[in-house]
Amino acid sequence: MPSYDTHTYDVLVIGAGGAGLRAAIEASAHGVSVGLVCKSLLGKAHTVMAEGGIAAALSYVDDRDNWKVHFADTMRGGQYLNNGRMAELHAKEAPERVLELEAWGALFDRTKDGRILQRNFGGHKYPRLVHVGDRTGLEMIRTLQDHGIYQGIAVHMECTITTLLKEEGRVVGAFGYEREKGRFLVFFAKAVILATGGIGRAYKITSNSWEYTGDGHALAFHAGAELMDMEFVQFHPTGMIWPPSVRGILVTEGVRGEGGILLNNQGRRFMFDDIPALYVNQTADNEEEGWRYTQGDKNARRPPELLTRDHVARCIVREIKEGRGTAHGGVLLDISWIKKKLPHAEDHIRKKLPGMYHQFLKLADIDITRQPMEVGPTTHYIMGGIRVDADTQMATVPGLFAAGECAAGLHGANRLGGNSLSDLLVFGKRAGEYAAQFAKENKSVTISGEHLDQYSREALRYFETEGADNSFQVQADLQDMMQDLVGIVRNEADMLRAVEELKKLKERAANVRVTGNREFNPGWHTALDLQNLLTVSEAVTLAALERKESLGAHFREDYPDRDEKSGKFNIVIRKSEEGWMELRQEALPELPAELQHIINEMK
Amino acid sequence: MPSATFQVQRGGAGGGRLETYTTEVAEGMVVLDAVLQIQAEQAPDLAVRWNCKAGRCGSCSAEINGMPKLMCMTRLSDLPPGKPILLQPMKAFPLIKDLVTDVSWNFRVKKMIKKFKPRPPDAADGTWRMAQEDVDRVQEFRKCIECFLCQDVCHVLREHHLFEEFIGPRFFVHVASLEMHPLDVEDRREELKKADGIGYCNITKCCTQVCPEDIHITDNAIIPLKERVVDKFYDPLKRLFGRWRGKK
Repeated sequence: MPSYDTHTYDVLVIGAGGAGLRAAIEASAHGVSVGLVCKSLLGKAHTVMAEGGIAAALSYVDDRDNWKVHFADTMRGGQYLNNGRMAELHAKEAPERVLELEAWGALFDRTKDGRILQRNFGGHKYPRLVHVGDRTGLEMIRTLQDHGIYQGIAVHMECTITTLLKEEGRVVGAFGYEREKGRFLVFFAKAVILATGGIGRAYKITSNSWEYTGDGHALAFHAGAELMDMEFVQFHPTGMIWPPSVRGILVTEGVRGEGGILLNNQGRRFMFDDIPALYVNQTADNEEEGWRYTQGDKNARRPPELLTRDHVARCIVREIKEGRGTAHGGVLLDISWIKKKLPHAEDHIRKKLPGMYHQFLKLADIDITRQPMEVGPTTHYIMGGIRVDADTQMATVPGLFAAGECAAGLHGANRLGGNSLSDLLVFGKRAGEYAAQFAKENKSVTISGEHLDQYSREALRYFETEGADNSFQVQADLQDMMQDLVGIVRNEADMLRAVEELKKLKERAANVRVTGNREFNPGWHTALDLQNLLTVSEAVTLAALERKESLGAHFREDYPDRDEKSGKFNIVIRKSEEGWMELRQEALPELPAELQHIINEMK
Repeated sequence: MPSATFQVQRGGAGGGRLETYTTEVAEGMVVLDAVLQIQAEQAPDLAVRWNCKAGRCGSCSAEINGMPKLMCMTRLSDLPPGKPILLQPMKAFPLIKDLVTDVSWNFRVKKMIKKFKPRPPDAADGTWRMAQEDVDRVQEFRKCIECFLCQDVCHVLREHHLFEEFIGPRFFVHVASLEMHPLDVEDRREELKKADGIGYCNITKCCTQVCPEDIHITDNAIIPLKERVVDKFYDPLKRLFGRWRGKK
C-alpha cells in the first residue's frame, strides 16, 4: 500500500479566493484548526479579477439606501428565483463585512468627507459599490490574505482535490495531489468547506482562468449533495473581443457606471430600444437623464446600459445577429465621449478606470480616453451551484459546506454586479462559523487505506490509457460545443445534440493520453479537471433543457417568455443510486410576509 | 499563417535544456498565448503558471529574452521579429520544472512582517475617516500583484542570494504600504534595519524598471523607508538626547 502525506484539521477549506479565505479566517477565529487548499498560489484566485466593487448598503453616498432596497434589488435582478433568506442575510450583513475589511487594512476610495465612496452599478438602485478604482478584487483578496496569514491557518498551495472522503453518511475529508511532485495528499477533517468558484472553462469564450473547472460542484455532486439552478450561467455583456488572443477578458461594468455607453455600428445607442417592464419605472428615457444619474443626480433614473447583465448581454447579441455589430463581431463601448461633458475627462477616466486603460492600451492598442472599446458577451459566472442552507451554508450532505460562487441560492436567475464580492464575504464568514461549530460537535473519522488506493489508481490511470487525444484537445472540443449549443441563446434541438456530444466527449475524456511524469504536469492536471468540467457541463445542459421558459440568464428561443404558471420552481440535481444525474423541479419556498412586503413596496 | 520560434527552458532542478518549438502566430498574441498553444499542441507536460491572463494576478512571471516580464502582457509584436524568443524561468528562485520556480520563500517572508495595526476608530460607529490623497499615496503600493519580478531582478537576491538577511523590493513595498497607511500605528523601523536588511539595497532601481504595475518601488517605497530608519537610528540630535537620558 502506498503511503500518503496525511493532514488532519478540524475544518478543511477547499479554495482560497474571497470566500475560502474569509471562511478560513472565521473558522480559525472560532478556535479550531484550519487547513486551506489553493489550486494556485495564495492570492492568485479569480477574486483578483473582480473589478467593479463590493455591493453593500452603507448609504454613504445616497442616504436613501438601506438593506431593504439592496434586498429588493437583488431579488428583482434574480427574477425572484433567489433564496429570500440568503438575499436578506446578504443585504443586512454586507456593510459590516466591508467595514471589517477596512479594520484589517483595506483602503477603499473615499468620499469628500472621508468615508468610503460608493459607485453606481447595473441593477442597483443607488450608488452602492465600495471600490478601489477598478481593482477592488485585488484589494479584497490581498486584505484577506494579509490578515489570514497571521491566524495560524495551514496553507497548501498548488494542490487540487479530486475526491471528497465520506464515512457514516457525512463528509470527513478530501483526497488530492500537489502539483509540484504529483504526490497524493489526504486530508481528514470534521467539516469541509467548498469555495472553489465557477465553471467558466466549460465555455470557449470566458473571463475565467484555467482553474475554474467546476471542481466544487462536481466534488459535491459525487459526494451525494444536491446542485441547484445550474441552468443559470451569467454571460457578462462586456468582454474584450479583439485581438483574438484577448477574447473573453473582462471589461468592468464600472465603465458603464462611470458613464460609458453602448453603440452599434450605426452609432445608435441601442440600449434605449428595449427596456424590460420590470425596470421601466427605474430607467431613464433619454440620454441626458442617464448621464445625470451617473454623475450623482438623485432625481435622475439610471441609463439603460446599467440594466441587469442578462438583459444587456442579450441586447448585444441581438445587435450582432441582426447585422449591426462591428467587424470583429461585437459592439462599441465608449467612455471617451464624456469629454463633451467633463473638463479633464481623460485624467478622470485614467483615475477611475486605470486597469481598463492599461489593459486596452497594452493588449489591444486602444486608448480608451480617445477611442471606443470593442466588446461582446463572455462567460463569467454561474448563479447555480451547491444547494446550501441559507443560515449555515451546509450542503445537503452533513459535514459539507459551500460558499461563494460554487454555492447556489443568493442570486437566483441572474446576479447583480458587485453582489459577488459581498456574497463571498457574508457567506464565507457564515460557512466558516458554522463549519467550526459542526467540527466542535463531531468527531474525526478516518478512512480505510483501500479506498485511498482506489482514488490514487483512478488519478493515475491516465498515464496508462492509449487514447488518441491529449486532454487539451478534448477540453477545447468541449468548450466549442458548450459555446455553440448551450450558450446565451438556447433551444431544445441544440441541447439534445449537446447531450449526445457530451456522451462522446466523456468517452474520449476517459481515454485521454498523458505524457511525461507526475511532476508539475499540466496535461495530467487537465485530464483530471476535465472530468469535473464534463460533470458540470452535463448539469448545465440537462437543467437548461428542463426549464422550458426564459428568465434571467437562461434564454430559450423556443420558449422566449417566462412561464408564469410553471415558472416558480428551482431545478435540483442529485446523483441517483445508479450514478445518473437525477433532476427534479422543486417549488420555490414561500417568502416570509415581511420580505414579500418589502418587495411589493419597492416595485 | 505566420509562425514564431521559441527556445523554452525545459527540465527540473537537475539541469535545464533549451527545447525549440515553432508555433503559429495570430494578431495581438502575447507570449503566454504561444506558450499555452505549444502546451496544447506539442508539449502537454510543459510546466507554466498562469491565471488571469490580463496582468492582474502576477502568476506568469518569466524571463523573456533575458528580461523579467509577465508573459501575459508581452506582445509578440514587441519582440524582435524573425528571431527565436528565449523563454526561461525566473533565475533568482529555485527551479521546480520548466518555467515554474519555487517562490514559497516570499510567502514565508511576508509572515515575518508585523501586521497592520489600526488606530482606534475615529467615529462612534467604529469607522474611520481618511482623505483621498492620503489613501492615494498608499494605493500605489497596494497595486502590487506579487509577481515577484522585482525580487527576481534584485542583485542582492539574484547574485548574492541573501535570502536570510534581505526581504527584497516586494516586501519593502509591502512594509511601505503598512508604514504609510493612514490608519496604521505600528513601528517597523527596527526590523527594517536589522531583519529586513534594507541597508543592502544600493538603489540601482532595477526593481522599478521591471515592475509591471509601474510602482516607483525605489523612489516612493525604499528611499522613504531608508529615511525613516535613518531618522530613528542615526539622528544626531536624538542620539545626543538619548545619551543624556542615559540610554543607548
